[in-house]
Amino acid sequence: MVGIVIVSHSEKIAHGIVELCRQMARSEQRIEAAGGTEDGRIGTDSMKILEAVKKADDGDGVLIFVDMGSAIMSTELAIDLLDEDMRKRVLVADAPIVEGSIGAVVQASIGSSLKEVEAVAKKSKDISKI
Amino acid sequence: MVTRDTLIDMLNKIAETIIENKEFLTDLDAAIGDGDHGINMDKGFRAVIEKLHGVKDKDCGSILKTTAMTLISTVGGASGPLYGTAFLKASIIAKEKMELESEDIIRMFDEGIKGIVMRGKAKRGEKTMLDSLIPAYEALKISIEGGDTLTQAFDKASKAAYDGVEYTKTIRATKGRASYLGNRSIGHQDPGATSSYLMIKSLANFLSN
Repeated sequence: MVGIVIVSHSEKIAHGIVELCRQMARSEQRIEAAGGTEDGRIGTDSMKILEAVKKADDGDGVLIFVDMGSAIMSTELAIDLLDEDMRKRVLVADAPIVEGSIGAVVQASIGSSLKEVEAVAKKSKDISKI
Repeated sequence: MVTRDTLIDMLNKIAETIIENKEFLTDLDAAIGDGDHGINMDKGFRAVIEKLHGVKDKDCGSILKTTAMTLISTVGGASGPLYGTAFLKASIIAKEKMELESEDIIRMFDEGIKGIVMRGKAKRGEKTMLDSLIPAYEALKISIEGGDTLTQAFDKASKAAYDGVEYTKTIRATKGRASYLGNRSIGHQDPGATSSYLMIKSLANFLSN
């Protein structure tokens, strides 16, 4: 099952989104939060992201959702630090972090591939709210 | 030539300068960004000073890699992955070397900048650290290739970096949090360009003493 990682500048946002996703996920679905810095500041931390990605991966790959700015850079750096084999099955979603991750979790929970889960996440960009 | 011990002194000097300028960098960032640049950099370089104690007997590559990994894991803002990547790229050139020639330093600087360009997907003229780093690199390279000493070269690099910071006042930010301000970012100097300049200036001061 494709694992999901939520990267946000805020630890609370990351945990909150994981909580939202959990409602829609099968119990064995891996969803990890990587928000804030190690010492609780607002920010992003490549090492924290790296650990979350490793925890989220059961061999089927990981889709990472990021909020903005340095979250993207810290995530790309974390991916560079992965071993080559694992790097091939990790993608960053070009999608809104809340809508995208919820759609992705539903798709991942039915056993879809990383590419399929990523495609669903990307589609959430077109969701019209009103 | 820069020995391993001198490299450690240089990194400590950079760290001290950043720590001294914590408030200044934070004030600059509060004007056009999220106001955490000084705090983040202070945090990162305090950790670097700590970690450097443990690598005193290692090669230049390991010293720079430790600096990089420390910044990556402690800074928190965009400057963490950016400066972290720069030091990481530089560490590859310095791998297993106990001393660095001027040519090595030119290559380290070049690779470091390429790392920042790759990580930040930025280029010169976007009101970022590249606006002080690239002119500094060019001045350093021309100076060394023209036969100047490393001390003279860093002095010229420092002046070029300063001019780069001044230039950032005249342009609009298109990268990072400052880009949300649009034209209102004009008139302010870029905090990242400023921290880069301060690092280069601290090396110029260190070498001239």
